[in-house]
Amino acid sequence: MRRIRCIAFNTFREAVRDRVLYNLVIFALLMVGSSLLVGQISIGVERQVLINLGLTAISLFGILIAIFIGVGLVSKEIDKRTLYTVLARPVRRWEFIVGKFCGLAGTLLVNTFFMAVGFFAALLFLAHGFHRTDSGLLAALWFIVLEFLIITALALLFSSFSTPLESTIFAFVLAVVGTFAEDFQNYARATHGLTHVAATIGTYLVPNLSALNVISRVAHDQPIPAGLLFYNTVYGLLYATAAVAGAVLIFERRNLK
Amino acid sequence: MITNMASAIETCALEKSYRVGFWRKARKCALHPLTLRVEPGEVFGYLGPNGAGKTTTLKLLMGLVFPTAGWARILGMELTDPRMKAQIGFLPEQPYFYDYLTATELLNYYVQLSGIATRDGRKRVDAVLARVGLADSARVQLRKFSKGMLQRVGIAQAIVHNPKVVFLDEPMSGLDPMGRREVRDLIQSLKDEGKTVFFSTHILSDAETLCDRVAVLHRGELRGIGVVSDLVAQFSGKMELLWHGSAALSAIQPVALELHTTGETIRAVLPESEVPGALESLRRCGGQLISVSPVRLTLEDYFLAQLAPGGDSAFTATSADKPHEVTP
Repeated sequence: MRRIRCIAFNTFREAVRDRVLYNLVIFALLMVGSSLLVGQISIGVERQVLINLGLTAISLFGILIAIFIGVGLVSKEIDKRTLYTVLARPVRRWEFIVGKFCGLAGTLLVNTFFMAVGFFAALLFLAHGFHRTDSGLLAALWFIVLEFLIITALALLFSSFSTPLESTIFAFVLAVVGTFAEDFQNYARATHGLTHVAATIGTYLVPNLSALNVISRVAHDQPIPAGLLFYNTVYGLLYATAAVAGAVLIFERRNLK
Repeated sequence: MITNMASAIETCALEKSYRVGFWRKARKCALHPLTLRVEPGEVFGYLGPNGAGKTTTLKLLMGLVFPTAGWARILGMELTDPRMKAQIGFLPEQPYFYDYLTATELLNYYVQLSGIATRDGRKRVDAVLARVGLADSARVQLRKFSKGMLQRVGIAQAIVHNPKVVFLDEPMSGLDPMGRREVRDLIQSLKDEGKTVFFSTHILSDAETLCDRVAVLHRGELRGIGVVSDLVAQFSGKMELLWHGSAALSAIQPVALELHTTGETIRAVLPESEVPGALESLRRCGGQLISVSPVRLTLEDYFLAQLAPGGDSAFTATSADKPHEVTP
C-alpha cells in the first residue's frame, strides 16, 4: 500500500509540476466571463445556461486531462526508461499500474474540486443564493468524477500495450461512443442476427457515459433518484476496476524492450 | 568446485529471443543460453561490443523482460521475489530520471519504494548525495543537471538503500575523464564494502582496473569468462627487444612482428623463438642492447581474441575461465 501511495503521489506531483492544473485558470476565466455574459443575454434562464456550461466545461476539461495524461502514464515511463529503476525495486507491476491510476485519479479529483468551487462561486454570483434542488449538482459532479475514473482506466489500459497516439485515438473513440451509449443500445435492440450479437456485445464493452450525464436534468431542477446514484456508482467503479485489471493483466506479461 | 552457498548471481541456460518481422514468425535470438555464476563480493565485468546482449542480460536479471528459456537467481532468490529486489541496486544505461524532481526528492522516492523508513531514509539520502559529490545540488531539479551529474544521481539511486548486489549498465558511458575516475573510485569503494558489483562496459581499461573476473559476450553468446589477473598475466609468446644503433636493423626487421624507431633507439616485438638469433645479430653488428622483456597479454587482447571467429586460441583456459556448471 505504501508503494502504491508513493507512486500515486509522484504521478500527482508530476501533473502539478507539469502545470496541468493551469487549466483551472482557463476554467476560472470561463466561469467569470460566462456568469457576466449569461446574465445579460439569457433572460430568465441564466441559471440553467450557467449550470449547463459549467458542468460541461468541468467534464470536458477532465476528459481531456484524463486522456492526454492517461495515455502517457505507462508508455512515457517505458520510453524514458524511468520505469526500469522503479521495477528493479520491490515494486510489483500491478502496484505500479494501480499507483499510476490512483495518481491521475487524484489529480482529476483535485482539479474537479477547484473547478466545482469556481462553478458554485459563479452560480452564487448569478443567482444570489442556492436552491434546495442544487444538491442535484453534487450528484452530477460525482457522476462526472465517475466518468473521469472510467476514462482514466481506459487510457491506462490502452497505454499498457499501444503507442500514445494509438491510445489517444482509442480512448477518444470510446469516450465519444460512450457518450452516445444509449443510442447504441437502441440500435442494438433494433438489429437482428449477427449484427445484433455484435452490437449487443459492443454495448457491454463501451462505457455507458450517457447514463452518467445528468447535466441537463439537474439544470432543469429534476431530482436524481437514489437508485440511479447507487447503480451509476457501482457501474462506474466496476467498469474502472475492470479496465485497470485489464491493464494489469497486459502489463504483467509485457517485455519492456 | 561449486558449493551450495548461494551465489550473488546465478544463471542457467538463460535465453531470450524475440519474434520479429511483420507477421512475427521469424525469431531473433538476443541472448543464447547463458550459464554463469558470480560470487558474493566479486566485481564482475560484463564485456562486449554494442549489440552483444549485455543490456538484454541485465533486463532479464531485473525482470524487465522475461526469458524464453532457462532461469536465473540473485542471492539465491527468484527474480520476481520482492525480498531479493530490496537487496539489489540497478543503474540503467544512459539513465533518465523524473526531471521535475530534485535529487533529494528522487532519492526519497526510491528509498520509499525500497521499503525503508522515512527517517532512516532521509539520513541515507543526505549521506549518499555527499558520497557521489552532489550535496550542493541536492535541491536542484534534475532537468538542470549535466550528463555527468545525472550519472552520479543514477549511481546514488542504485546504492541509496544499501544493496548487497549492484548492477551497473555502462556506468562510465558519456563521462569525461574526471567523471570516469570518480565512478571507478565509487565502484572500488563498493567492492571494499564487500558488495557484489556486476557491470557491463566496453571500456576495457576500466574493467581491467576494477574487475575480479570478466565475461565476454558477442552476438548474444558467451565467448569466455576469466579471472582478470590470470588473463593479463599470461605470456603472449612474444618478446620485446629494445636497443641502440641501427646497424642490426636489416637483420632483425624480417622476423619482427612490430618495429618502432625513435632516433637511434629501436623497439621490436619478435616471436620468442627468434630472440636468440636477433641477439646474435645485435652482438655482431655492435648494437647496444637496452632490454629484453616478455610481452604480457592485456584484457584488450583477450577481448579481441574472444570476438574473433573460432574463439580464444591465444589464451590458455584456466579453471576459472570455464563457465561454472550450475544446477537448478
